[in-house]
Amino acid sequence: MKTVALLIFVLSVVAIPREAFWAHALAACLLLGVMILAELPLGFVSRRMLVEVPILIFALFLPFFGRGETTDVLGMNLSVEGLWGAWTILAKATLGLGASIVLSATTTVPDLIWALDRLHVPKVITAIAGFMVRYLDIVASEFSRRRVAMASRGYEPRWLWQVGPLAQSAGSLFVRSFERGERVHNAMVARGFTGQMPSQGNDPATSRQWVTGLSVALAAVLVLVLSRTVLR
Amino acid sequence: MSEPSLEVTDLSFSYPDGHTALRNVDLHVHHGERVALLGPNGAGKTTLLLHLNGILRPASGTVTVAGLEVSDESALEVRRRVGLVFQDPDDQLFMPTVGQDVAFGPANFGVEGTELDTRVGHALDAVSMLDALNRAPHHLSYGERRRVAIATVLAMRPEILVLDEPTSNLDPASRRELIEVLRELPITQLVVTHDLPFALELCPRALVMDEGRIVAGDATVDVLTDESLMKAHRLELPYRFDPRGTGR
Repeated sequence: MKTVALLIFVLSVVAIPREAFWAHALAACLLLGVMILAELPLGFVSRRMLVEVPILIFALFLPFFGRGETTDVLGMNLSVEGLWGAWTILAKATLGLGASIVLSATTTVPDLIWALDRLHVPKVITAIAGFMVRYLDIVASEFSRRRVAMASRGYEPRWLWQVGPLAQSAGSLFVRSFERGERVHNAMVARGFTGQMPSQGNDPATSRQWVTGLSVALAAVLVLVLSRTVLR
Repeated sequence: MSEPSLEVTDLSFSYPDGHTALRNVDLHVHHGERVALLGPNGAGKTTLLLHLNGILRPASGTVTVAGLEVSDESALEVRRRVGLVFQDPDDQLFMPTVGQDVAFGPANFGVEGTELDTRVGHALDAVSMLDALNRAPHHLSYGERRRVAIATVLAMRPEILVLDEPTSNLDPASRRELIEVLRELPITQLVVTHDLPFALELCPRALVMDEGRIVAGDATVDVLTDESLMKAHRLELPYRFDPRGTGR
């Protein structure tokens, strides 16, 4: 349900005309409201927002390199198209990312995968995502154990030409992971696996949850409709 | 004699590379019995286990589980009847949460809804891990993961529980907890182990396997006190451990 709400919210925000500053502001207020309701700490949200920085830096350059009509801002000669482009990226990326942060902060990974499953994302994909979540930790810790073992024998790579052993280690890690895959498959077959993941999980969302969960997304749709029609 | 839980008759198997892993193995485990399978590394113990639920198929001989012979048609039902617990719990626990993992087996056999929840609850309760229902397997300690791995097969209500090296990598406290859990389970058990005191504590009977054959089978205390047998098959007791001193 939350996953559907996120999708609707993001799509609405993307579809809002770029000139409708007020609509973006309203969407931002909706999002802030949800964050406050979910009691997400400010530090938590802003740390996760950092992912956006490279995109924003890219957006900052747009006004300087954009073509066509130009305008003077604070004594700088900037491209109008570039300014619009930068604004669109800034506004829509921030809103979309904010909404994703709310979803990921209030939903556990298993629930998220289960939600995708319910939304008829192919079982193969959700199963792979599930296995990835489960085994990423194990492979990562195996890799770090190897690095410790290498460092204990004096291997401290500093330069590119010292990367050989690390690459070999990654290769053998791949082989080991592959072998583990076979053992996991044996363990699955031993419990009656015949090629199809059994569907299981929590209860589907109730209509009440649907209404609450979708209210914000529907509000965003309303903002979109207004910005596209009456208040243009 | 009652119908055996598990009966292996004249079983032989070679790997595709030509290495012969099992030679004319005969094995009977009776209902409710706990039997230890001992032997050095490379004796063929794990290969034998993979035959018990039809993951590997014999070149000759038969495996029968509670009267049902392992074949292509019966493989699925045999897998429900034989609960195989693998050595590395990380191989066994692959679902995102403990509850989902325990539900995986019975769900494959069509159990669903409240019956599935009940099974999961009972199985976790039997290994004292009910609290971990919604936790991720990689957040559990090794000993806890081992116990959850046992729950994953208990949830299938198997006829016989087959454990591959259940005490490996466990600290003494986890090992003791595991022994208590296994001793309380009212189910036939076949336990492959190098941990001879563990075998003595848990299993009244022991079989010794070496080079693909069953070379001895007797009361565990008699096997462990037969010095020439022990020496011939690379079995060693811990320093100063006396099997006769345990009052059996």
